[in-house]
Amino acid sequence: MNWYGIGAIYKFEMSRTWRTLMQSIASPVLSTSLYFIVFGAAIGSRMGDIDGVSYGAFIIPGLVMLALLSESISNASFGIFFPKFSGTIYEVLSAPVSPFEIVAGYVGAAATKSMVLGLLILLTARFFVDYEILHPLWMLTFLALTAVTFSLFGFIIGIWADDFQKLQVIPLMIITPLTFLGGAFYSISMLPEAWQKITLFNPVVYLISGFRWAFYGVADVNLTLSISMTLLFFALCLMTVWWIFRTGYRIKT
Amino acid sequence: MESIISIKGLSKTYAEGFTALNNIDLEIQRGEIFALLGPNGAGKTTLISIICGIVNPSCGDVKVNGHNIQRDYRTARTEIGLVPQEIATDAFETVWAAVRFSRGLFGKAPDPAYLEKILRQLSLWEKKDNKIITLSGGMKRRLMIAKALSHEPNVLFLDEPTAGVDVELRQDMWRMVRGLRDSGVTVILTTHYIEEAEEMADRVGVINRGELVLVEEKHVLMKKMGEKELSLQLPEPLQEIPQILADLPLTLSSDGYQLVYRFDIKSEDTGLTEFLRRLNAANIEFRDLHTRESSLEEIFVNLVHGARLEREEQLSKEVQE
Repeated sequence: MNWYGIGAIYKFEMSRTWRTLMQSIASPVLSTSLYFIVFGAAIGSRMGDIDGVSYGAFIIPGLVMLALLSESISNASFGIFFPKFSGTIYEVLSAPVSPFEIVAGYVGAAATKSMVLGLLILLTARFFVDYEILHPLWMLTFLALTAVTFSLFGFIIGIWADDFQKLQVIPLMIITPLTFLGGAFYSISMLPEAWQKITLFNPVVYLISGFRWAFYGVADVNLTLSISMTLLFFALCLMTVWWIFRTGYRIKT
Repeated sequence: MESIISIKGLSKTYAEGFTALNNIDLEIQRGEIFALLGPNGAGKTTLISIICGIVNPSCGDVKVNGHNIQRDYRTARTEIGLVPQEIATDAFETVWAAVRFSRGLFGKAPDPAYLEKILRQLSLWEKKDNKIITLSGGMKRRLMIAKALSHEPNVLFLDEPTAGVDVELRQDMWRMVRGLRDSGVTVILTTHYIEEAEEMADRVGVINRGELVLVEEKHVLMKKMGEKELSLQLPEPLQEIPQILADLPLTLSSDGYQLVYRFDIKSEDTGLTEFLRRLNAANIEFRDLHTRESSLEEIFVNLVHGARLEREEQLSKEVQE
């Protein structure tokens, strides 16, 4: 195992975060805080509880998940897309690092960044809304699993994209709508029955539901199903990454 | 001499059907400077990219210091440093971070003293805390070399190292490459600047349309394939080449003051004696003379041109059949 190689990629990616602190950390924390102020502190105080949880507290897991998904994808996709775009990918491809080590470096750094961001958002939320975490270990498990899975997904997008527009298409056009419609701001039991069934095809529902359960012990779908669906998506991403390196898709001719 | 890179039957055909390399066999000797010459699109970069692991070969076998580049890729790649044709760096990183990254990527423990030595050798130490974006073009190119050397490779590939570089920097680079060779590093450079190969290489390989046309010691190649010219400066201009000299390989300058005799230095009979005898018989005097050997560039052009003519002849035969 080339630990120095993994470390080099990981540190290089993390140093980019510290260089772009405003964009990487401050900006998402600020924009999520605005949700807490508007929907939590202002409008939330005029809304009823959902499943026995105040509205302000209810939306916290969904908002953390929204930031976690979009930052995991954007960090990992940019991390591998930019070397392809600038030509510096030659160095990684010609180095004695295995595909696993390359993925560990890029995805590890992207997942770390988004987890740090998720925890910062949780801390910030404390200033605006009271909330509790019933199952902190499960909360961290969901946080880590989601960060790694969607960083893997972002890595795939970064490999697939051959221009900046494609890099943005899936996060903006697919992931953000799925998160908004995945129960970030409401319980899916509040939807008409037909929509409840349709919503179950949205994979983000399972992530938010499981994550919310870790906070308040209430969930839209069964916990085991939430974990299973997340692991299934993780496995699909792993298989896709394996296929990319096996075939050299868009990285090696 | 022992081979450090051994290439056997290497071919590369891209997905769209273009054959970039066709059955290449090549041995690179340890400690030499090997220049790979060829026109644009000849397959030089593809060959380097395969050895370095950036492009997959279609078939064939490549070993670096005895290690197969696919089965034993970790050890093989540790042996190699690559300076690509294009300057590709992370513009917002510092020089120091860039070389540290390269060393780590190749699995080497941090060694600030070694990196300092490399940066000092390449006159980059003063710039170590500068962002790459602030460096000049020449400094960036030197940084690419520093990155390639950061993990102490035994083989260094320089892909068109002086493309677009001014004369002074080019000569600096040549000095540096010789220094590397003297320290035991094997250097393989691709270039289409013939003077670069002529100046630096121990051996020369010529690649054209994916085929290795020849591999030869540079001096042997120039001796074997070189032409020599004898130029005579005449005191009185000639209107035309006299009849007595008409069957000799002569050219007359447009002003009639210079007569040039071309001969093959590898030939046993250069015809020089006969030329001078006839010159005397024709009562042609000269006030000065000098000789000139053909450059590697002329040899290269002849080789590539010869290969093209052969191909055209073959095609024409096939069409006729």
